[in-house]
Amino acid sequence: MLYREALNRAIDESMAADRSVVILGEDVGRYGGSYRVSEGLFAKYGPKRVIDTPIAELSIVGNAIGMAIAGLRPIAEIMTVNFSLLAMDQIVNHAAKFRYMSGGKMTIPLTIRMPGGVSRQLAAQHSESYETMYSAVPGLIVLAASNATYAYHALKAAIFLNDPVVFLEHELLYPMDMKFKQIENFDPFKAEVVKEGEDLTILTYLKMRYDVLEAVPQIEKELGISVEVIDLNSLRPLDMKTITDSIKKTKRVVLVEEDHKTGGYGAEVIARISEALFYELDAPPLRIAGEDVPIPYNRKLELASIPTPDKIVSQILQWSRANGI
Amino acid sequence: MNSARVKTFYYLMKLGREFELAAKEQYMQGNIAGFLHLDIGQEACSVGTMQAFDKGDVFTHYREHVLAIARGMDPKLIMAELFGKATGVSKGKGGSMHLFDPKLDFYGGDAIVAGHLPIATGCAYARKIEGEMAGVFAIFGDGATNAGAFFESLNIAAAWKLPIIFFCENNYYAIGTRIGWVSPFEELYHKARHYMPSKRIDGMNVCEVYRAVMEAKEHIENGLGPYFIEAETYRYEGHSMSDNGKYRSEEEMEIFKSRDPIETLKKEALSRGIVEPEYFDETDKKVAKEIEEAVEFAANSPEPDLSELYEDVYCKECTNVVP
Repeated sequence: MLYREALNRAIDESMAADRSVVILGEDVGRYGGSYRVSEGLFAKYGPKRVIDTPIAELSIVGNAIGMAIAGLRPIAEIMTVNFSLLAMDQIVNHAAKFRYMSGGKMTIPLTIRMPGGVSRQLAAQHSESYETMYSAVPGLIVLAASNATYAYHALKAAIFLNDPVVFLEHELLYPMDMKFKQIENFDPFKAEVVKEGEDLTILTYLKMRYDVLEAVPQIEKELGISVEVIDLNSLRPLDMKTITDSIKKTKRVVLVEEDHKTGGYGAEVIARISEALFYELDAPPLRIAGEDVPIPYNRKLELASIPTPDKIVSQILQWSRANGI
Repeated sequence: MNSARVKTFYYLMKLGREFELAAKEQYMQGNIAGFLHLDIGQEACSVGTMQAFDKGDVFTHYREHVLAIARGMDPKLIMAELFGKATGVSKGKGGSMHLFDPKLDFYGGDAIVAGHLPIATGCAYARKIEGEMAGVFAIFGDGATNAGAFFESLNIAAAWKLPIIFFCENNYYAIGTRIGWVSPFEELYHKARHYMPSKRIDGMNVCEVYRAVMEAKEHIENGLGPYFIEAETYRYEGHSMSDNGKYRSEEEMEIFKSRDPIETLKKEALSRGIVEPEYFDETDKKVAKEIEEAVEFAANSPEPDLSELYEDVYCKECTNVVP
């Protein structure tokens, strides 16, 4: 199943099951969605529930919050995470805080979908990763969907949660054909052990999952070790249990992320691991992350700005030599 | 205006004024902290609007104590909130600027200027598709009419023909910035008139405010789309307790004080013989007692328990897993 089809199916089934579910955003209706995620929904559910908005992100999220207050379960689509900065006030100051500052009286069941990450030569204003910002906000839930199975189940869960969810997608994943598995009693807050291993834990999420999986066979071969790969899935809350169980077994951890290294999401994860599991570790943790630059347009420079399978291999080999692994 | 309505106007405006004066006093005594924005001088807007807009949803800015009272919120619960007490309407977690009560369809006290306007249009959208044409009332100050969120909201409300009343309290000052310094004109209803019917009224006259909102209400209920009202008004105090308001001239202040909403209504009612003179003294006494009780209630209420710190960040079903 294509990744975008999994998202489409999650929305479609949610809208069919509950008429309070609506979707709004730029080009989501008649056009079918800029990444075709909402394809076919306009014809099926009509303009009242599949809502074309002006190019006004602040208003997309603001209106979605108002709809949620009025009892709907809106899905707001933001065309790319970069544009979500225009809606930051609504997401952070309003959606995330209404429950708390009303003493629990307000409920905002809202899902804000946004694709991010480096696609292909879209340059600095269309290539960012902002999970670190949203994950730092109490009141928000942040989910990062790397695959069709998680995307489908987690998006359905997000739509029916009673709190605002920032639902992160990745632009390169939409056309990817993926294995799909229907799961009963799905837990969107649980990390996935993608591959089991004994000697090294690699934590990752979103598109980097695939770069890591591509790099792993060579790492295992070169170092003669077995690697465990964990897809974090849920960035807020973070599934520390799965991480802890793995690190207690492997004693080593590497985190691979596409975001900039400084203040990236990995910084938080590694800080938590250092606090809680310092004496479990046989080597200092390693972060493999994007360079601290705006994403460049030129393909060579663009690839140099983010982790790739080759870079993941070489940085892990270098780290292992330095630490006697 | 019939006698009963005039009496209600007077009672609520007086209650609002005395509430604000008591809040000011309690702030001076250190029982209330943070930002405290008083509505003194603007009571006709708070009371006239809520008396007319008696159904539907209300989204408001942070100068909202009197609006909340006029909507039916118990002054005790508001005062307790100002004191930061557990019995406050927002459990002491919101304070003066964040009085929420979904039971009254009162969502607000939003402290991001113009930030509540897109939320109000979203609510109006939902009401409209559900066929509930009582619609939405959104109130804001002159300062908000320069913000991007304001223009986005006018556009969306008009494009989608939403049942929403935009009510602008133009008191001429955004903290210390005169509206004319930062807006091409001071009559702000011009900003909306390409989008929707838009008019300017005397916001110091509660009957005029009431009539204008009744007219707007009929407009939105009939599915004719949004409506804009600019009410000229004046705050006698500074922007908040941390602002002495000295950037305004005595003359200007006197002009508006001569149009005081409470005094104007009383004088008019007496001269026309609509209300018996005893009513005013009796009401003043009743109001004084109510306010005294509200302060007493707030003062005697407990602080929130420390365990409240982590409550209400997420809904119960999520609290166990987040963060």
